[in-house]
Amino acid sequence: MFGKLTLDAIPYHEPIIVGTLAVVGLVGLLLAVALTKYNKWGYLWREWITSVDHKRLGVMYIILALVMLLRGFADAIMMRTQLALATNGAEGYLPPEHYDQIFTAHGVIMIIFMAMPFMIGLMNIVVPMQIGARDVAFPFLNNLSFWLAVSGALLVNISLGVGEFAKTGWVAYPPLSGINYSPGVGMDYYIWALQISGIGTTLTGVNFLVTVLKMRAPGMKLMQMPIFTWTCTWANILIVASFPILTGALAMLTLDRYLDFHFFTNDLGGNPMMYINLFWAWGHPEVYILVLPAFGIFSEVISTFTGKRLFGYKSMVLASGAISILGFIVWLHHFFTMGSSANVNAFFGVTTMIIAVPTGVKLFNWLFTMYRGRLRFTTPVLWTLGFMVTFTIGGMTGVLLSIPGADYVLHNSLFLIAHFHNTIIGGAVFGYLAGFAYWFPKAMGYTLDEKWGKRAFWCWQIGFYCAFLPLYVLGFLGMTRRLNHSDNPDWNIWLYIACVGAFIIALGIACQLIQLVVSYRKREENRDLSGDPWNGHTLEWASASPPQFYNFAIDPRVEDIDAFTDMKEKGHAYQRPETYAPIHMPKNTGVGFVMGMLLTVAGFGAVWHIWWLVIAALAGTLVAFLVRCYDNDVDYYVQPDEIERIEDAHRTNVQLANAMKA
Amino acid sequence: MSTTVLNPQVPAHQAQRHSAPAHAVAHAHEHEHHDTGGNTLFGFWLYLMTDCLLFASAFATYAVLFMNTAGGPSGQDIFELDYVLVETFALLFSSITYGFAMLAAQRQNRSATLTWLAVTFALGAVFIGMEVNEFHHLIVEGFGPQRSAFLTAFFSLVGMHGLHVTAGLIWMLVLMLEVSKRGLGNKTRIRLNCLSLFWHFLDIVWICVFTVVYLMGTV
Amino acid sequence: MRERKVPWLSGGLLLGAALFLTGCEGGVLDPKGQVGVDEKNLIIIATLLMLIVVIPVIFMTLFFAWKYRASNHKATYMPKWSHSTRIELVVWLIPCIIIIVLGTITWISTHRLDPYKPLEHDKEALKVEVVSLNWKWLFIYPEQGIATVNELVIPTGVPVSFRLTSESTMNSFFIPQLGSQIYTMAAMATQLHLVADEPGSYDGISANYSGAGFTGMTFDTVATATKADFQSWVEEVRASEQTLDSAAYAALAQPTEDHPVTYYGRVTSGLFD
Repeated sequence: MFGKLTLDAIPYHEPIIVGTLAVVGLVGLLLAVALTKYNKWGYLWREWITSVDHKRLGVMYIILALVMLLRGFADAIMMRTQLALATNGAEGYLPPEHYDQIFTAHGVIMIIFMAMPFMIGLMNIVVPMQIGARDVAFPFLNNLSFWLAVSGALLVNISLGVGEFAKTGWVAYPPLSGINYSPGVGMDYYIWALQISGIGTTLTGVNFLVTVLKMRAPGMKLMQMPIFTWTCTWANILIVASFPILTGALAMLTLDRYLDFHFFTNDLGGNPMMYINLFWAWGHPEVYILVLPAFGIFSEVISTFTGKRLFGYKSMVLASGAISILGFIVWLHHFFTMGSSANVNAFFGVTTMIIAVPTGVKLFNWLFTMYRGRLRFTTPVLWTLGFMVTFTIGGMTGVLLSIPGADYVLHNSLFLIAHFHNTIIGGAVFGYLAGFAYWFPKAMGYTLDEKWGKRAFWCWQIGFYCAFLPLYVLGFLGMTRRLNHSDNPDWNIWLYIACVGAFIIALGIACQLIQLVVSYRKREENRDLSGDPWNGHTLEWASASPPQFYNFAIDPRVEDIDAFTDMKEKGHAYQRPETYAPIHMPKNTGVGFVMGMLLTVAGFGAVWHIWWLVIAALAGTLVAFLVRCYDNDVDYYVQPDEIERIEDAHRTNVQLANAMKA
Repeated sequence: MSTTVLNPQVPAHQAQRHSAPAHAVAHAHEHEHHDTGGNTLFGFWLYLMTDCLLFASAFATYAVLFMNTAGGPSGQDIFELDYVLVETFALLFSSITYGFAMLAAQRQNRSATLTWLAVTFALGAVFIGMEVNEFHHLIVEGFGPQRSAFLTAFFSLVGMHGLHVTAGLIWMLVLMLEVSKRGLGNKTRIRLNCLSLFWHFLDIVWICVFTVVYLMGTV
Repeated sequence: MRERKVPWLSGGLLLGAALFLTGCEGGVLDPKGQVGVDEKNLIIIATLLMLIVVIPVIFMTLFFAWKYRASNHKATYMPKWSHSTRIELVVWLIPCIIIIVLGTITWISTHRLDPYKPLEHDKEALKVEVVSLNWKWLFIYPEQGIATVNELVIPTGVPVSFRLTSESTMNSFFIPQLGSQIYTMAAMATQLHLVADEPGSYDGISANYSGAGFTGMTFDTVATATKADFQSWVEEVRASEQTLDSAAYAALAQPTEDHPVTYYGRVTSGLFD
């Protein structure tokens, strides 16, 4: 009846897990009580859960990312404290059984359920607005993608309380991840969580490519798209070109585990190296999917806050394209030590370091955007400057690792860990946090508190160096990754410093949470009436904050890369048209949510081999989808009188804001 | 976070209430803002490209594993080209008949469309039936996918294509129902077009399967 | 106020870099064999080469940010300036040149340091077969007819030719102070060539996570001072009563953690293959 699932699957004898579950349960209960008390369940359902509005989906993606950041960071703190305690042969407080799950969960959560939703969230809020569109090409699909991402995240977190998570490292190399060496359900949670959310990501990629290629405002040529939109477009191209490979690799691993196939097994001719190749054929483009949009954010931030055009727009677009394409022919650098011939290793080493060229060009272009500008030191700018310094170092260590001869001694060491945190935190995460501060007023209607934002930045920045520079040293000292404890007195001091660094980053995260609370309480005072708090260049700033639900009352006419600056200079901004035409809008729908939840159930059933549940849930998903397909009541029209009222209110606010400024 | 903060202008559900009476008037504007048909087809085509990459991964894996017979049979031992050729022609013809269905749909000829779809469905079903029979035959002989990495890769690649065709057949059934109930409206024709892309795509993939797996496996 | 903190940051960086270089004893920057020495030099040369760009970029970032701050009205302000063919040319060329140089170094060094390539040495290489098991290392000396677990003894100044495989999961055979690592994988054999140029005892590890007992999967590498020392060690192992045959191997293949050093005086030949 319940497959492999028994009551023993609940780890009630583990105090850490039980404590965590208690806290999560308590928070959930408090939320539920609050929602009931303020009678917000209906609002939550109608306005958010069922929303097909790209801006709201974006906000929900970012909420998911922040929640997952807390979870993933809790894992990080546990690992660092374990390693700081378990020195000189001590056991520490996390036995391998538990610790191995933590580092796997940390990697999976941070990459797939923190960074990806953060990036996709910002893309959702900003890209349709930057190209002057009313929504994405397929709003329902967008909602579905979000709920598939949530579904995956749910599965990972359910594994905390029911069963276990994978103990393989986030790369899950077979044969370790095969059924012989990982007979538990942890690996199955991993597979289904990644599979479900990965399909959602693929759909997002398709959706945004169609949006960008087909729905740009009149007059906007491809080479006039804002740079963030461009970098997201490259990222989406990478998504549609790489995620299917992950889908395939995971499907093969699934067949090996569930049906005794022999893709990656040690016996009967299986070849584990094939998995490693497929995994990184997805995995390497994946890191560019994460970092390219961040590059776009830095470009927007720098050009806005220097009050200048972006230097070398064409170079930037081309460089992003070059990075995307090169990103597909470097995957082998993840396993130079697998015994490939010198020619193969050298080839992939050289292609990898060639990526440093377009990346270097980007850095120079940001520099020359600052040159002869008027730089305002706002929080997003601090993140950008912090990025430029940090990422340069990360890039350097990356090029070092791309030399096979150096990689032979640095591979899998803590040097590698330091390197990729240096690029992913210093590149992607700093970028998302810059974008978060930069676009927050657009999404929510008020600016974030600068004081707490800057405190968060300095804690992150100092904490980062404190946590990860020691790892470079430890790498040189011969410490490899994923060790549970150590017995080498030379390492101790560096492990302690790294642990302190992790706690400083924790302070940074705390500052950000405080910033949210403070900003919310001061929201009236920091309200963004104009919709254009930073004197922005691009079209998203032409709308109100938060934007009208239809984005633009009339299609903006685009004549320049910095479309909105151009309008402001020509006096075309905020013009009142003679008449408004009705606007065609999609209606909200609960089908995406239902499908996402049913697939979570199906995934859970598959993990525990409860086959009737899997079949029922999949059938339910199909029925829900068909219901959606044959529902004719999916859209409506916003009428001119209503548009006029909303637009007039916005114009009044803009005038008010201008008057206040003067 | 309250409503007023998030969207001071107007919540979406309120807008819906306003719009209801004017629904009919507004339809004239549809083409101004949304070319949903073009977007849908382009989006579907992009999805097919992702599917293409999924097949590419399966092909790559097959190429790596097909020598690894682990003492079991090789392609030469188990493939029957004549049989597969019949299968292949069933699928190829189904592509042509689907083309006829599309032509009929463009002429707004509902019964011809349905007839050609039925023929296509029958040919597709023949293909799947023959494939299932082939698989069954192999498994009974003890040459199932668990026997060796070669058979694993073979069953997975061919089976994945088969699953796609099966999905296409189910989709075709749904669309036949739609055509007979609702006629050949704009939305329905877009869907027929999408399935058309899907069906021809599977045909192309099969030609690759036939060449790489069966022809190269027996020669 | 922000501007004051920025140089402070770079100061911190320099301090970090200084700590960096002093704290490297016993690791890959303290090599005891030719392969490791070459790799250390490669790391240093490549790093210096990259610093040629990295330091100016970091400096320019901080300098430009400070010089063109909004409050500095003396600095030129050109809001529409966004293109300069000359600058573009330079910013594409500089990274290109560095990468061309580095690429050349990479190509040559990768061939020179290819782990499969036997070392150029006047002495004949000692053959060792390495098997990673859950979670221990088995070393078979086919020429000597002995085997050990979790202890690798080699003579100083004699190249060692390893053939490696795995019983179960993937591991990476790595002695940081001697240089290159290589994966061990089931059902296939990889190769590695190393040499110890100084006698001593060096840590050996698995550098690829392989499950619960992975942390304890360490071995001591002892480079004996003379060939005679090595020979006497071989005799000592030969004196062991234990024989490594299929049965003993099957027993050894059972997962264990922190396995003690074990000697096998006799080995059934062909066990590795």
